[in-house]
Amino acid sequence: MTGGGNRDTTKLLMERSVPGRVGAVLPQPDVPAQPLPDPSLLRTELDLPEISEPEVVQYFTALSQRNFSIDTHFYPLGSCTMKYNPKINDEVSFLPGLAGIHPLQPLESAQGALELLYRLQGFLAEITGLPGVGLSTLAGAHGELAGMLMLRAYHQARGDTNRRQVLIPDSAHGTNPASAAMAGFDVVTVASDDQGNVDLKALHDLVGPNLAGVMITLPSTLGLFDTGIVEVCQTVHQAGGLVYGDGANMNALLGRVKLGALGFDVVHLNLHKTFSTPHGGGGPGAGPVCVAGSLIPHLPAPVVTKSSGDGAPVYGLAAPERTIGKLSGFHGNFGVLVRAFTYILTLGGEGLRAISGNAVLNANYLMDALKDTYYLPYDRRCMHEVVFSADWQKARGASGLEIVKRLLDYGFHAPTLYFPLIVHEALMIEPTESETRETLDAFIRALRDIDREVTEDLELVRGAPHTTPVSRLDEATAARQPDLRWRAAV
Amino acid sequence: MSPGDRKYSKEHEWVKMEDATQALAGITVYAQDQLGDIVYVDLPKTGATIRFMEKMGEVESVKAVSDLFSPITGEVTEINDRLLDHPELVNEDPLGEGWMVRVTVADTAELDQLMSAEEYEAFISGLS
Amino acid sequence: MTVSSRATDSSSDPQFQFPYIPNTPDEQAAMLATLGVASIDELFQDIPDEFRNPTLALPQPMSELEVQKELAGLSSRNRALGSGPSFLGAGSYNHFIPAIVKALMTRGEFLTAYTPYQAEASQGTLQVIYEFQTLISNLYGMEVANAGMYDGATSLAEGVLMACRVTRRSRMAVADTLCPYYRQVIVAYCQAQGLELHSVSPGQSLSLDQETACLVVQYPNFYGYIEDLAALTKAAHAQGALIVVSADPMAMGMFQPPGHYGADIVTGEGQPLGIPPSYGGPYVGLFSTKQEYIRQMPSRLSGRTVDSQGRTGYVLTLQTREQHIRRERATSNICTNEALYALASTIYLAALGKQGLRSVAELCYQKAHYAAARIAQLPGYTLPIQGTFFQEFVVQCPVSPSSINSRLLEQNILGGLDLSEAFSNAHPSEGGTTGGSTSPPSGHFTNAMLLCVTEMNSRQEIDALVEALSEFGQ
Repeated sequence: MTGGGNRDTTKLLMERSVPGRVGAVLPQPDVPAQPLPDPSLLRTELDLPEISEPEVVQYFTALSQRNFSIDTHFYPLGSCTMKYNPKINDEVSFLPGLAGIHPLQPLESAQGALELLYRLQGFLAEITGLPGVGLSTLAGAHGELAGMLMLRAYHQARGDTNRRQVLIPDSAHGTNPASAAMAGFDVVTVASDDQGNVDLKALHDLVGPNLAGVMITLPSTLGLFDTGIVEVCQTVHQAGGLVYGDGANMNALLGRVKLGALGFDVVHLNLHKTFSTPHGGGGPGAGPVCVAGSLIPHLPAPVVTKSSGDGAPVYGLAAPERTIGKLSGFHGNFGVLVRAFTYILTLGGEGLRAISGNAVLNANYLMDALKDTYYLPYDRRCMHEVVFSADWQKARGASGLEIVKRLLDYGFHAPTLYFPLIVHEALMIEPTESETRETLDAFIRALRDIDREVTEDLELVRGAPHTTPVSRLDEATAARQPDLRWRAAV
Repeated sequence: MSPGDRKYSKEHEWVKMEDATQALAGITVYAQDQLGDIVYVDLPKTGATIRFMEKMGEVESVKAVSDLFSPITGEVTEINDRLLDHPELVNEDPLGEGWMVRVTVADTAELDQLMSAEEYEAFISGLS
Repeated sequence: MTVSSRATDSSSDPQFQFPYIPNTPDEQAAMLATLGVASIDELFQDIPDEFRNPTLALPQPMSELEVQKELAGLSSRNRALGSGPSFLGAGSYNHFIPAIVKALMTRGEFLTAYTPYQAEASQGTLQVIYEFQTLISNLYGMEVANAGMYDGATSLAEGVLMACRVTRRSRMAVADTLCPYYRQVIVAYCQAQGLELHSVSPGQSLSLDQETACLVVQYPNFYGYIEDLAALTKAAHAQGALIVVSADPMAMGMFQPPGHYGADIVTGEGQPLGIPPSYGGPYVGLFSTKQEYIRQMPSRLSGRTVDSQGRTGYVLTLQTREQHIRRERATSNICTNEALYALASTIYLAALGKQGLRSVAELCYQKAHYAAARIAQLPGYTLPIQGTFFQEFVVQCPVSPSSINSRLLEQNILGGLDLSEAFSNAHPSEGGTTGGSTSPPSGHFTNAMLLCVTEMNSRQEIDALVEALSEFGQ
């Protein structure tokens, strides 16, 4: 409760508007009045709110307090890597020489920015073991689109125009087939075996002369390292295809293995996951692509170059010779790239290994503590995340959905739910390396308590959440009669 | 109990002959139950030809999309416009108010390939 | 500075204690003991031996003190827009940002929140998105807007793809007055879709036909001038094609929005609304359309509804359009977008409001016209384009714009965009079936510069620019 008035969030901006209030004033014009255009070109109505500055602050602050966030809650969302977002990364991104530079200003006036990007390219190449790097893709899915377009360009450049198929595991994130389709491919699903690995027999049966490549997430979306991955890559290469790696789960692998060495040809990274840049409620992200030598000519434009003649190095931007083209308006999400660069500088190689080591340790700690309470469909060493099933609780009347909603009442954000699709009532938990043992233990206790509640007070679980600003929402009506914007009452 | 005045497909659609050539089609009680709250129905246009066991449209619930497969071949003469604003009719009365298309049937012999009410009941009780 | 981290064996995992990683060696040992595992390295045994623990040639860790210095050094080697008069626009703009934007958007509850899939835990984010959808719809005069896309260029490309889906046609007519890099992004997005792009000149016969899915125009156009949207919309609709307009939101503070003319899809770049230029990103793409097309819209939508107790709440809706449900049949592959910057724009629009946005737009207009009038009087300089412009205009210079800009930079003035570079930088792969002409429209001008003047440019700065330009005339 906030005592009402402007700190109450019920009223929207247009409903708070009072004619005449202003939230900002601009200077008076300091040039002589200029002739205006034909009045028919000018608008007469402009429906924006009129509110004072304190009201803006009160309203948005109150809204922020209706959110869970990493800073306020443990957020064990599998495959999202909700780790601590360091404040120094934000602070440096606001430096005037980084936030206040124009993407088209002369290259000689942005050498610091270009050097930062060039060094970041080098870091990511070293981390993945793939020498070519493009920083211009603006999110993971955007990187996937670039990767798939590069596969297409690679085969077409070699005259191999029949390769229309991309194989994708049944456990893959939805962006994988969506990106493959946007790149013009036909998607064929390949099954996983009972260990959560790509089913090698199924893969062998599916590869042929029409194969453009495969999209593999490693570790898989089950949080498991595919022990057959080298054979997967070899099988695909022998059939003339390429291997695309979805790097969303890179937090498990930093410094432990290089994807290029395993046989991956192109990988995207999610800087807003592994590299700590803030999620912001749904972005910004950055999804750079790292590629093997054969794909370097096809990277999206621009890439950052360095020429050292005699004297100081000069940094620039260039389009690779057979680039798939320009996938974003400018050079990439620079503000996100700055944060990731700063993070890697802070951690160093040693720190990246410490990340993966502790991320995997914490996940295995949770797995071990909870596997007697929640069904573990793949009872083997996990990596940075663990997938449970709520089947045992479902049999007693509470679904995975209800369990995670009840977790909100305990002050924890829900883990990822019902993904991957191949696990029934899936609960995917990823603690990350930046949480303490105290928090993990509290989380374990909460999940055990909820399991007890399923027996002792089922309705409490089924009706959850009870303590959040709103309870379960009517999504059916929201979809049947979409109300997507405020309108004045007629 | 599924009514005996119509035939049923393995994809959980029903088709009911209204006279010698016109039929109504829709989805079954079992189907709408499986789908949950239906939020949108994407139907073929009037004048379109739909074909036996081929995709003719889609049904959406909040979190899923399912294909609709035609239980008969023919030309669509009318679609149930009310479903555009009231998709919940499919949940409430899938066999009546929630009908989806009216079709001029090309070949009534196709009905022999569909299940009777008893056969359909046995079929769905065999599903887990 | 780069030192190889040793490829460690199981007994020598790093002992350096990191501020972001709480587990101490003792805590690690205790946790490993509960697992019955000897070392952290043992947890990675699924990785084949020959690939495990590679050498990582990265620098040693740095303290925050050292990191601050390093980044300050890199920052100082860039010329910031605020350090002197700046007249560069062309898709990224130097506009005033009120202090409350940063203060509010850096609140941890907004900054470190996830995508609002768990609605009960995300009402702040979801209500902000609903506000954003409302205000962008109003700004563009359209019925509905989405939660944002990556940037103006990709938003336009997605608008084109949507127009092709809606009309089930595969040709697009793209105005040659569209920003060249926006055009490149459309080409890149469409390269595997079997779509055909051809160029048209607004103001001339457009040669649209019944195969045309959409006419694509920019408003104001790349050169800063207002296109005749009434005529263009009519021409598109006469062929059953949609008109897709990329509109500058700041210009919407003054000019009739595209919705007024009946536009079908309106996209844009949200950067002018409270977002710093930051070398090209992050920005936020704006996307709006008509109610009848909502199921074909890409990206997220926040919808208003009620909870089990009748309280108003917000939830992601119409999710069946998106990749996590429809997978390869989704309207787009987009997942993460730019929510934090949609928030920034919403705060900006709330603070500036009806009066403020109008004031900013009028200041830009007034100052740009003052500058243009003074420059037009300089010997050797002309304004080659007739028509109404907003805050940008083309100047034909007596010598090459790059030589002028070098000289300006010596005086710490950032000049306008050299238009010959803007077009010659079009990459070589634009061509073939989805390409088209990369040269400027017919009647293009030699030694042309695109100048931008905003509310950030004082009269003194404009006069200094004119003074500096006069050095080159005869």
